Amino acid sequence: MAEQQFEDMEAFLRVAKYTLVKFTDMHVEMKEEAMDICITAVEKYPNDAEKCTQMIKDQMDKKFGAPWHVVVGKGFSYEITYEVRNLLYIYVGGRTAVLLWKM
Amino acid sequence: MPALSPAKKGTDKGKTGKKTGKQEQNAQDYIPPPPPMPGDEAFAMPIREIVKPDNQLWLSEADLNEEVAKMLTANNPAAPKNIVRFNMKDKVFKLEPMVEQTVVHYATDGWLLHKSSDEAKRQMDMEKMEQEASARFQADIDRASHEHKDHGDVEPPDDSRQLRNQFNFSERAAQTLNYPLRDRETFTEPPPTATVSGACTQWEIYDEYIKDLERQRIDEAMKSKGGKKAAAAAAAAGAAHAAKNEHVPTLQSPTLMHSLGTLDRMVNQNMYEEVAMDFKYWDDASDAFRPGEGSLLPLWRFVSDKSKRRQVTSICWNPLYDDMFAVGYGSYEFLKQASGLINIYSLKNPSHPEYTFHTESGVMCVHFHPEFANLLAVGCYDGSVLVYDVRLKKDEPIYQASVRTGKHNDPVWQIYWQPDDAQKSLQFVSISSDGAVNLWTLTKSELIPECLMKLRVVRAGETSEEEDPNASGPAGGCCMDFCKMPGQESIYLVGTEEGAIHRCSKAYSSQYLSTYVSHHLAVYAVHWNNIHPSMFLSASADWTIKLWDVHDPKRAVMNFDLNDSIGDVSWAPYSATVFAAVTDDGRVHVFDLAQNKLLPLCSQKVVKKAKLTKLVFNPKHPIVLVGDDKGCVTSLKLSPNLRITSKPEKGQKFEDLEVAKLDGVVEIARKSDADLAKNAAH
Repeated sequence: MAEQQFEDMEAFLRVAKYTLVKFTDMHVEMKEEAMDICITAVEKYPNDAEKCTQMIKDQMDKKFGAPWHVVVGKGFSYEITYEVRNLLYIYVGGRTAVLLWKM
Repeated sequence: MPALSPAKKGTDKGKTGKKTGKQEQNAQDYIPPPPPMPGDEAFAMPIREIVKPDNQLWLSEADLNEEVAKMLTANNPAAPKNIVRFNMKDKVFKLEPMVEQTVVHYATDGWLLHKSSDEAKRQMDMEKMEQEASARFQADIDRASHEHKDHGDVEPPDDSRQLRNQFNFSERAAQTLNYPLRDRETFTEPPPTATVSGACTQWEIYDEYIKDLERQRIDEAMKSKGGKKAAAAAAAAGAAHAAKNEHVPTLQSPTLMHSLGTLDRMVNQNMYEEVAMDFKYWDDASDAFRPGEGSLLPLWRFVSDKSKRRQVTSICWNPLYDDMFAVGYGSYEFLKQASGLINIYSLKNPSHPEYTFHTESGVMCVHFHPEFANLLAVGCYDGSVLVYDVRLKKDEPIYQASVRTGKHNDPVWQIYWQPDDAQKSLQFVSISSDGAVNLWTLTKSELIPECLMKLRVVRAGETSEEEDPNASGPAGGCCMDFCKMPGQESIYLVGTEEGAIHRCSKAYSSQYLSTYVSHHLAVYAVHWNNIHPSMFLSASADWTIKLWDVHDPKRAVMNFDLNDSIGDVSWAPYSATVFAAVTDDGRVHVFDLAQNKLLPLCSQKVVKKAKLTKLVFNPKHPIVLVGDDKGCVTSLKLSPNLRITSKPEKGQKFEDLEVAKLDGVVEIARKSDADLAKNAAH
């Protein structure tokens, strides 16, 4: 099958509006909830990663207990150690990546 | 209730007289007791004597009888009669007319209550309640004790309703033993963690989305085609995955073997670090001060437990990996034959062979295929030839010549891979003591032999042209070498047990091209020069090495006598004039004809109490390998004087220079020979 092609970035972003789970090992309910939080935060602060991460972290801490860490960005590298079943790595809206883990 | 105070009355002067009169009256009323009777003095009444103070008023009878009237008045005699207070209204002091006349001498509160008063009624109600409660409680206790008698154990009645005197109680306290406090700790397992790493970029996100979209499209396509196929595909994928995950014991897993191999190499590298440095960088500095002499530096020794009792019969470098070589072990002695062994070593690991193969009969020769470096041809003492595929790591040959398919009847002394023929099948040539030179072709299932040449005895002085095939018996082949010059690959030399060397061609199977007869005993080795097209060396059991020109079969160009039995001789790959030989006394002799035509540059003893059997130059590095009859292979580094080569200038070819060098040497040798012959004739 031929690969889908886009003329420009806008066309791609129009299609890629949804959230893509790149990797997670969370339980289903936890994942759903964490994804909700992440998506809300990213959509609320599309241009302020700091506030966005603060919001995600606060909510996750409140809901699932303390130390959560969040990285939100358009390009980064990472090497992290996390408690198993507490990692979520998603792409939101085609250009933002959210990496959320607990340790 | 006004009352008169008697004390005050007493003090009243005006009435005092009347009072005393009354006292006198009282005194008159008193009857004195009768005087005691005589005789009863003991019982006499005590005598009462009235004592009067001296200043007592004496009153007459009249005074005493006078009536004194006493009156009670409502006025308090002690009350002040002249209290004056300031009248604010009139602004003058005024006499207070009304003065309080009451005097209280004694007062007490009573506790009696009138029956009809409220307080009395309350008290009576309380008493009544108390009596009732008490009666009820008593009734309960009575009933309980009664029931207890009847039924045995019964709960005592609840007395909480009974009113009690709260202050009627006694307290008793006791201290129990306080247990000492102790700390106890324990560790729980920390929650399991894992580590991930990665990177995220815009294009990675993009790719991820593209992949996801593609997947969605395929899913939709599958759905439309029908769920059955999709399910089947998923099941197949699952099965494949399961097969892949088949359990392999850790100790036998290829990854572990690979890791152990790496570790082995590392340990060896550490152990033999100095040797490796010598191999790479050391050059004998003293060579610069003594031209015409050289030395050999022993590097690694390759021994294994299995090879100790065997003799090294052949060594062959791998054409692909210049640090890898195969060593064949067998025995040259007819009476001491044992099973054979092939070890494939790497210079990187001197302690242990990389591969080992066992054969039934002693190995006499090995040769790697120049192109397919994993194929190893092996000739054995019992006349069989084998082909191993080194990569398979299996201890059995992929091809084996048996009695059924045809094999040599005597030991195979040398084996040689041939370049591919027209049919592109793999071929090799072997030579044996039974006088046959066989060409073996590898087919799908077996080795097919084809006789190239049957060697026959040629009497000295006889030329090949005049030879009569019927007049001579078979001759035993000992060694051979193929010409390396392009276009002449089919020409080869054969050395025989009788001492003759024949030049043959694969094209003609019954005739020698020429025969070189000069050795008196078996020829152990022949070797074409690597650069010069027409010169070759032969080494013989008669303790001599001869240098031959192909075109001059009558007489050897040069003779070298080493004073001991020669095991092997070999031209150096880097020069046309350098060759090396090994002898039974454990010496390695290195000649450079360009520097010294008569004596070796270096004649060095490299092993103790062992005979050297084989010698090979490495095609790339300046080292030689020598094998001895104790199963040991020693690597030696050639000092700079032993590897002098011509340096081509512009427009000159290295080969041409080397050939010219050797030609010059040969020219001089021929001239001196001619002079000697002339002198002898004179």
